[in-house]
Parts: sequence; C-alpha cells; structure tokens
Amino acid sequence: MSPIHDQSYRHYEGTKQPPGRGWVTIMWTGITTFLARRVFLIVMLVAWVPFIVRAVQIYVVTMYPTVGNAVPVNAKMFQSFIEQQGLFVYFVTVYVGAGLIANDRRANALQIYLSKPLMRIDYIGGKLGILILFLLEVTLLPGLLLIILQVMFSGSFEFLRNNLFVIPAVTLAAVMRVLVVACTMVALSSLSKSSRYAAVLFTGVLFFSEAVFGVVQVITGSTRMAWISISANLDQVTDAIFRQPLRYETPVVVCVLVLLGLIALSISVLERRVRGVEVVQ
Amino acid sequence: MTPAVALDHVTVIYGKNPALRDVSAIFPKGAVGLLGPNGAGKSTMLKSLLGFVPPTSGRLEVLGLNVAERPLEVRARLGYMPETDGHIPGMNAVTFVAYCGRLAGLPKSDAMQRAHEVLFYVGLGEARYRNVETYSTGMKQRIKLAQALVHDPDLLFLDEPTNGMDPKGREEMLELIRDLAHNKGVDLILSSHLLPDVEYTCDHVIVLDKGAIATSGSIEALKGPGGRIYEVRVKGQLAPFLAALKDAGLESHETDEDVMRVFVPGVLGAPGDDQRRICEIALTSQVQVRHLRPSIPTLEDVFARAVGER
Repeated sequence: MSPIHDQSYRHYEGTKQPPGRGWVTIMWTGITTFLARRVFLIVMLVAWVPFIVRAVQIYVVTMYPTVGNAVPVNAKMFQSFIEQQGLFVYFVTVYVGAGLIANDRRANALQIYLSKPLMRIDYIGGKLGILILFLLEVTLLPGLLLIILQVMFSGSFEFLRNNLFVIPAVTLAAVMRVLVVACTMVALSSLSKSSRYAAVLFTGVLFFSEAVFGVVQVITGSTRMAWISISANLDQVTDAIFRQPLRYETPVVVCVLVLLGLIALSISVLERRVRGVEVVQ
Repeated sequence: MTPAVALDHVTVIYGKNPALRDVSAIFPKGAVGLLGPNGAGKSTMLKSLLGFVPPTSGRLEVLGLNVAERPLEVRARLGYMPETDGHIPGMNAVTFVAYCGRLAGLPKSDAMQRAHEVLFYVGLGEARYRNVETYSTGMKQRIKLAQALVHDPDLLFLDEPTNGMDPKGREEMLELIRDLAHNKGVDLILSSHLLPDVEYTCDHVIVLDKGAIATSGSIEALKGPGGRIYEVRVKGQLAPFLAALKDAGLESHETDEDVMRVFVPGVLGAPGDDQRRICEIALTSQVQVRHLRPSIPTLEDVFARAVGER
C-alpha cells in the first residue's frame, strides 16, 4: 500500500440503494434546512400558543364544570381550534412553500434533480412532503393532543364515547385543509422563479377568491356562491365533517368537488412545470 | 461489447422544429466527442438519453438499457454535467455534492465522504464550505462536474464543460476530463462545439449537423489517410479560384486566419505533385499564390469536410 494518501478520483466500492427513495431524501433535507432557521422555529412555536390556551380551557372546564357553560369543551371547540390554526397554516405555507420549487427553478436545479434516479413524482412528493409535514404539525398534531389531554384531565373516556367522531373529524378536517393548501402553494411555486412572486400569488388567490365571494354575497344577498372562495369551501366542508349546521347555502358536495378540482388543477400544473428541460416553442 | 450509447432511427421534434432527424449512431466506450455547431442537436441528444425529452420516434439505449423502459436504472448509472449553471439553492459545496450523492443512491456517510473526495479532485477542496451561489463561473463548472461524479457513474455526459472558463481554468478542466477518460476508466461523452476540446480529450468523435450525423469514427482514422491538407494564401479574385478547386475535386475551407486549407483527396503521388496542381489551378484562375505548405490534418478539417459535404 502506498504511504501517501491518494486524493485522486476513486471508484466507489460500496452498495448503492435502489432507486425509489429519493423523495425521502428530498423531504428530510428540506425539513432539516427549515428547522435550522431561527425565524421558522419562532413561527412554529407561536403556532402552538392557541394549543396552550385550549389546553388550559380543557383543564379549567374539567376542574370547574360550571365554567363549561361559558366555554364548553365539545366537538365545536375542536372544530374552532382547527379553523383558528388557519392563520398559522397561512404563514407556514407562505414561508415554507413559496420557494420550494421556485428557488429550484431559479437555480436551474430541476435538471440536477431529474438527472438522478428520480421520477418527477419523487421530486414533487418530496417537496410536498416538507410542507405537508410542517402543516400537520400545526393542525393535526395539536388537535389530536388536545383530545388526549381532555381524556387525561377528565380521567375518563366519557367525552370520547359520546363524541366518537371527533378523532376522525379532527384528522379529516386537518388533512383536507393541509392537502388543499399545500398542493395549491407548491403548484404556484412551480409557476415562478421567484419565491416572493409565488407568495404574493398564493395570497392573491386566497384573498381574491374570498373578496369576490364577499361582493357576490352582498349583491345577491345569498351565500349560494360560497364555492367561489377557497376558505369558504374549506369551512363548509369542515362544518359537515364536525356535524355542525352548515354556514353557507352551497351544497357540501359542490364544495368538495371544488376542492378536489383545485387539487387536480395543482397536480396538472406540477406535471407541466416540473421537467428536466424547459422547451420554449 | 455493449456500446455506451446506441440510437436507432431517433427523431426529436420540438413543436414543429425537428432537433434530431432519424439519427442512428453507436457511441463506443471510452471518450467520445459529440461535435457540432450551435443548434446541431447535441444537447437535445443528451437530454433525450437522460429521458428529459422523449423522442418522437426511434429507440435510445444507454449501457444496453432502453431509456424509455428503464429510465431510473439508466440515470442511476449516469453522471450529467449540464451546460447551464445549476445548483441546489442555499447549500455549500460539500452539502450540495453529498446531497446529489444521496439522491443517486449513496448511503449518507458514503455520500459525504465521496463529496469531500470529488471536491478535492476537481480542485474545490479549499472552497468546499462556501455557498455555491458565491462561486465564480469556473468554480460552478467544477462543481457541476463534482456532482456528476460523486456517485461514481459508469458513463458521464459532459455538456459544454469549458463554457465561460478562462484559459487556465479551461486547460485544467480538460486535464480533468482527459484524466477521467484515460487514467480513471470513466467512459464519457463530451458534447462541445470547440474542436480543440474534443481533440484533446476524446478518442472517438461523432459530428452532428442540423440534427443529423455528419460523420463518425475514431479521431485518428478520420484525420488519417485518404488525402492531404495544404495551407494556401492567394492574392486576387478568390471566387474563381475556389470554383476551380472544386471543379478539380479539391475541397477547401477558410480558417479564422487569412489562409485557407485545401484538402487533396486520394493516395499520395510523387513529391510536389499536389503543390504543382494547386499552383496550376491558381494560374488558370489568375490569382497569385503567396503561401503554400503542407499541413497536419486536424479535427477541424474533419469537421469542415463532414459539415461541408452536407
């Protein structure tokens, strides 16, 4: 053996993993990148403040049941919690999601990614996974923890027995909101090479649809056109999931179809935009 | 032996513009130059082989694998250095290269170890903790080579690897490519419009022009027998002289300097026969010969002849 270490090129003699797990690498690398940012950690911590407030509410109502007349712990409370987290869902989506693909497009990284043994779906799945995981962390995770806290504080399963649908309802409502928002954001991110532009576009889509619905509601005096607004669709479906009276006149089926359409449109945009080569015709 | 790459009647059309027209070619193992003017279809061919651009018709094989049927296996064995700048935003060099290694299937610790090794190999060892976005053009070219090498590919695609580099950097990059091909046993395809780059690093060449193969073969064979080259400079009307050369079966092409290169096909005759023939043509065309001497065939002549014939 040579006494001098060879810093020249060597062939790799280890074992390579078979293709198909690239999305996991993309997702975990993305997650660790964001967790290393102080601003992001602060946003995530602040997003858990409503959880603490609700936990205190559950504790107080358990200890002093009469307080429950003013601030009851019921299915509606869990629904309100999921809806209130919408603000943090927005901030996390914009902070994490806007640059997920836009920054890669700016740096011509797609040709690097797709020259590796990755399918486009691996790349998109990995990028979506980053955003979905963080969004579930501010919606589903605290929602389920609140249910566990309720059981722990009360020392019985009575609440759960009387409200068996709450666990699937919290899960379904959180997952639905996260999926719709994440798919939309990532698709918008793929449309631009600027994360700021993608963030503005997302904000515009969200608030513009809400504003248009507001105007239509004032003009017609009816909420039948609630399907125009993304957030109204989410709220309407959430009402149905939690078995609460519907707040708009639009049929739930229509709202579900609009949300599914939005996801389908996002996938279609991603399919067109995420390519190893950009062909200008 | 399985060729590195095989194309069978491949046509690629962008919109209405054909980029490759019914191309059939075999790229042997070793270092192969893919030569052609800008817009000849070189990058399109590489992108089709990577599966980025599906061919309109035809079949592509890389290392014996059908690109359409087994794209992941093909890409797992390929390294690609793209023509344009490309990096993962927000990463330093060693993180970026290790990340690329992991995407290509290396375990985490091996990817990191090889990232350090290849960065030293391409000459970025001292700058490996710097953010890639702060790199100069030459450094960006080197890191693109590093990310293509990190997983030890069986075949390397290099698309214009010396683009934008200063003379010293270009020389070093060509040395690296030559070393990889000739000392490290890495098969590669070098796409370039720069003849000296291909001539210095490759053993075989495939010349593309307007989306079709103009010529192919080993560089030595293409430059070798079959004719002689003369440098000629004349004073007078050039057009009749060129026409007369053509009528006499001699090919000529101009160079960047004021001399032209005249190719005399056929076997070697008596000493001075060719020169005498050129002088006679000059005489009949009424131009003065100011400079006439034999020259060594270069790849430029091969390229000019191949493209000129089309």
